[in-house]
Amino acid sequence: MAQVTTAERKSIFSLFNLIALIVLGVGVYITYLRFTGGLAAVTNLSDYNPWGIWISFDLLCGVALAAGGYVTSSAVYLFGMKKYHSAVRPAILTGFLGYALVVLALQYDVGRPWRLPYPLFVQQGTTSVLFEVGLCVATYLTVLFVEFSPAAMEWLGLKRARNLVVKLTILLTIFGVVLSTMHQSSLGALFLIVPSKLHPLWYSSYIPIYFFVTSIIAGLSMVIFESTLSHRFFAFKMDETHLKEANGVTLGFGKAASYVLAGYFAIKVLGISSGNQWHYLKTGYGTWYLVELLGFVALPSLLYAIGVRVKSPTLIKWTSVLAVMGVILNRFNVCLIAFNWQLPASERYFPHWMEIGISVFIVMIGLVLYRFIVTRMPILYEHPDYKDAH
Amino acid sequence: MSISRRKFLGWVGAAGLSTTIGKPAAAATNKQFTGYPKSFAILHDITLCVGCRSCEAACNKVNELPKPDKPFTDLSVLETKRRTTTKTFTVVNKYDNPKYPKSPVFYKKQCNHCLEPACASACFVRAFTKTKTGAVTYDSSVCVGCRYCIIACPFEIPTYEYDQVLTPRIRKCTMCYPRVTEGLLPGCVEACPMEALSFGKREDMIKIAQERFRKYPNRYVNYIYGEHEMGGTSWLYISGTPFKELGMREDLGNTPAPQLTAGALSSVPMIVGLWPVLLAGIYAVSKRKEKIAQTEQEQAVASALVTDRSEPSQPEEES
Repeated sequence: MAQVTTAERKSIFSLFNLIALIVLGVGVYITYLRFTGGLAAVTNLSDYNPWGIWISFDLLCGVALAAGGYVTSSAVYLFGMKKYHSAVRPAILTGFLGYALVVLALQYDVGRPWRLPYPLFVQQGTTSVLFEVGLCVATYLTVLFVEFSPAAMEWLGLKRARNLVVKLTILLTIFGVVLSTMHQSSLGALFLIVPSKLHPLWYSSYIPIYFFVTSIIAGLSMVIFESTLSHRFFAFKMDETHLKEANGVTLGFGKAASYVLAGYFAIKVLGISSGNQWHYLKTGYGTWYLVELLGFVALPSLLYAIGVRVKSPTLIKWTSVLAVMGVILNRFNVCLIAFNWQLPASERYFPHWMEIGISVFIVMIGLVLYRFIVTRMPILYEHPDYKDAH
Repeated sequence: MSISRRKFLGWVGAAGLSTTIGKPAAAATNKQFTGYPKSFAILHDITLCVGCRSCEAACNKVNELPKPDKPFTDLSVLETKRRTTTKTFTVVNKYDNPKYPKSPVFYKKQCNHCLEPACASACFVRAFTKTKTGAVTYDSSVCVGCRYCIIACPFEIPTYEYDQVLTPRIRKCTMCYPRVTEGLLPGCVEACPMEALSFGKREDMIKIAQERFRKYPNRYVNYIYGEHEMGGTSWLYISGTPFKELGMREDLGNTPAPQLTAGALSSVPMIVGLWPVLLAGIYAVSKRKEKIAQTEQEQAVASALVTDRSEPSQPEEES
């Protein structure tokens, strides 16, 4: 991977700063409109389409793409794959930021955000899948915060507290996997209630399992993708261990992702068979379904396998982009494109530019926070005072 | 060795997960909720409706809804297909009559007040209640505004006040719950001049419908829409035109909405109970593997050292 010189780095960062400033400015303006004019002022949502991209992208994709935290920490701490240790902290950090931003996005989407704690503390609707999602996301955000906190404490020099939290690692990791299994699958289970609205090719009683398995794919692929970006822009922050292990992480995660994608392909085909939905493949939606299944599941599985076989980190890195896009495409299909498929085109939804503006704004906040943290806290390197802990 | 064991554990976990997620709860129970006994229902005889919009006007009045753009006496609005909105809880739509092209069919649409409502099952703050009168009511004092109820409703009824900044509510027909508890008829039923709407106990309404089928067999499609749809609703419809031609979904099935998600929800305790055991097991296996590897390494080093010492001819001793 090409290293960026100091001068280049400065110009890239100043360009990034400029873009960030514009995006954040526009975001603040839309935020003002949203909280003074209501959802109608900034969205194309309607009574037929109550969920737009703030749910399909910010919530569904956000949670799936933040799965790297539980995937990496369980691989390293529970499965004993110590050679990937340097990937844990960046993955936990992105997981934490990802979930925090999901919660931020929900403040825009729900009508009365200050009531978001209501399902937990005022009146519990336990028959709702959304209740499970809310409960797990709230708890898991807390778990991720605690898992991330040692890095911050090392930075702040809070040695005692840091050592205490590190002792909880295994417990927290198990917590993380349990909670992630539940809410990743529940996000899919949200759609179990709409067999009449979601196209039969995407509606399946297995949809919770599909969502869970794709979260693993997203988690693995995002770790590869992020590490590519980090190497491009933050290589100067990485210690020798991180740089040395990076190729191993790419190859190992690529291999795992290839297997999981293959398994996912198999259960998708099984789902079509068990529902006997083959005849839909001949329709327009069927073609679109095949694009998703072949182009964004089978193809990345194959490319990952080739990349591992010929030991090409470059191929694996590009494949990770394809796989991440595949997960995003899947969430868009389930929540928007194949949802309400029976409605006439005039009643269908297309996002307002300001909805996209808020989504970009929130991703930008994530990037800025990520940069703030990795340039200060021991994320991409081990803190010299705590080397023994690893 | 340990990899295959780990794989095995993984497969066991996956198998456990797949058996618990996604199965309809009906498979695990023989209980069925057929509505509160003696709850009310409204029978809409579509063959009697003349599209006068009196019900719409009455609904507007009793629910104190804002005045519409065009007065209720203006029948030109029937030319376009309308849906429920935040300002109209019920709409009458006009459809072509293939049998008698000169006399179109009118069908009144509003919340069907399911026996097991999708909205109530989907709500994570229990803002919806299926009351014993049959009405599904909504409490805005707990509503977060997530709009999952709108997603969940198979009849596309609930509407949301997108233009409200601080107090957006879900709006829909209440089956005139306040009036019914006072012993009054629902506004629309009272206003209907054609007796196209009948109000009474649900079982009586079904009997009336069947009676009409028997008396006028040529007049009706022999089917009560709402008797079984999505587990049954408190609004029942009989018609001379196939329901599909009136824009009513005939493919909804008879499974009550809560059963669609009950299987997935029932897997939660299993995940909470089994996952930690499984994961702790995997952790123990990998720890043990590490320990064995370490011991083996130590032994190998020790034996290598012993052989080294027994061969004094080699001068360079590794430390």
